Amino acid sequence: MYGFEAMTFNIHGGYLEAIVRGHRAGLLTAADYNNLCQCETLDDIKMHLSATEYGPYLQNEPSPLHTTTIVEKCTLKLVDEYKHMLCQATEPLSTFLEYITYGHMIDNVVLIVTGTLHERDVQELLEKCHPLGMFDSIATLAVAQNMRELYRLFLVDTPLAPYFSECITSEDLDDMNIEIMRNTLYKAYLEDFYKFCQKLGGATAEIMSDLLAFEADRRAVNITINSIGTELTRDDRRKLYSNFGLLYPYGHEELAVCEDIDQVRGAMEKYPPYQSIFSKLSYGESQMLDKAFYEEEVKRLCLAFEQQFHYGVFFAYMRLREQEIRNLMWISECVAQNQKSRVHDSVVFIF
Amino acid sequence: MAGTSMVAYSSSWSTALLKISPYTFSAIGIAIAIGVSVLGAAWGIYITGSSLIGAAIKAPRITSKNLISVIFCEAVAIYGVIVAIILQTKLESVPSSQIYAAESLRAGYAIFASGIIVGFANLVCGLCVGIIGSSCALSDAQNSSLFVKILVIEIFGSALGLFGVIVVTMYVETCLELFSPES
Repeated sequence: MYGFEAMTFNIHGGYLEAIVRGHRAGLLTAADYNNLCQCETLDDIKMHLSATEYGPYLQNEPSPLHTTTIVEKCTLKLVDEYKHMLCQATEPLSTFLEYITYGHMIDNVVLIVTGTLHERDVQELLEKCHPLGMFDSIATLAVAQNMRELYRLFLVDTPLAPYFSECITSEDLDDMNIEIMRNTLYKAYLEDFYKFCQKLGGATAEIMSDLLAFEADRRAVNITINSIGTELTRDDRRKLYSNFGLLYPYGHEELAVCEDIDQVRGAMEKYPPYQSIFSKLSYGESQMLDKAFYEEEVKRLCLAFEQQFHYGVFFAYMRLREQEIRNLMWISECVAQNQKSRVHDSVVFIF
Repeated sequence: MAGTSMVAYSSSWSTALLKISPYTFSAIGIAIAIGVSVLGAAWGIYITGSSLIGAAIKAPRITSKNLISVIFCEAVAIYGVIVAIILQTKLESVPSSQIYAAESLRAGYAIFASGIIVGFANLVCGLCVGIIGSSCALSDAQNSSLFVKILVIEIFGSALGLFGVIVVTMYVETCLELFSPES
């Protein structure tokens, strides 16, 4: 019953909610980012980060540091926190926490399949996989020749199995089909997650609906922009859009027929929340679109913390941490390549 | 029909109610007074306690100050105990001819009502203080200047239990003095 979660939420979720709010207090602030942006070398970055919560993870790294090491260690911290929360959680929170990682699982599957297609070494690919999305039989994915085999032999035991029913074809895997496969899987995952949150009801359903709807809309826009000029037909494009969100169904109709960015802008400006995003871009420019979407996402994720006694804080925390790791990666790359003037192009401040 | 058959020996629901012994009503009232108060206090303590424990992992400094929230919830249970003891002292034995006299019935109903008043007042008070205590612990962990301000909200919340106790104390004193069973 919406409004009365406060009476029973703390039985199973009180401790973990308090922990995740404690973790949120450790996110880097604007002052930290200012310090980091003024670093000259990666060792300076390591020194500044050791004063934050990343300290224990970075202090044993030998110089010279690489940016991938920094990103890897920061991701490791996120994975440790996630695993700690997952092992303490009971149903339905444990299912909710697992849902958060299915996106990474999909990315890992696609990474390995693509890498195998281009004849890369399996070990090398496994190292590039995101640790949150690992599952047991992931290394054996490299053997699959087409999607049906992929499903029948390896994926039927994973949580991703139900998402494959929409995209099993006998076609061989090639680059175009893999991208379509990735987007189809992600669409099925988002819809499944959305239904799960609706079933949970209450504040969780309301807050997660908003966050997932924004995610679905953002993906729809990105799919549209990325498929302009490719051989993806309009019907195929429409099949990749999720069936919920602010843009469903009329926005999707308009996006499906867009042929360039200005038409996309015209379609999106009818929706007030997205109009403010697109108004930040001047005509014809799409590089800043990613950053504008990230900023809007961060704003909504921070708002999820305003309410107590719901599961949205876990999702919001994981996403904010991932944004922070993206920021750190960008800053480290800029510092390592001596392009500090471009640092502020892509850093999204969280607080 | 119910009005005219108040003391007649007909088979109506009002007669059935009247034939329930006032001892039963008073016993149930005392049970509700202490039982439901303790339910409210326990509910509030676990709501506060789980958040407090989790928040104290990252911010250990909040533990000693935030035990005040737990103490406020505990006070709610103590109100229930005090009222139950007061109500018990008002119980007297009456000779069996007097059991269904108006004074005895009124005393029985008075104790029953007192029990419900204080029980449910303390139930919601305990819940209220517990939920605020949980938010207080989480806010204090992030920003220690918020603690005193949220504590003021908690103090207002804990006054709700006191209202129940005050009403019952006055009710029991005035009603039962006039209509005590042994007079």
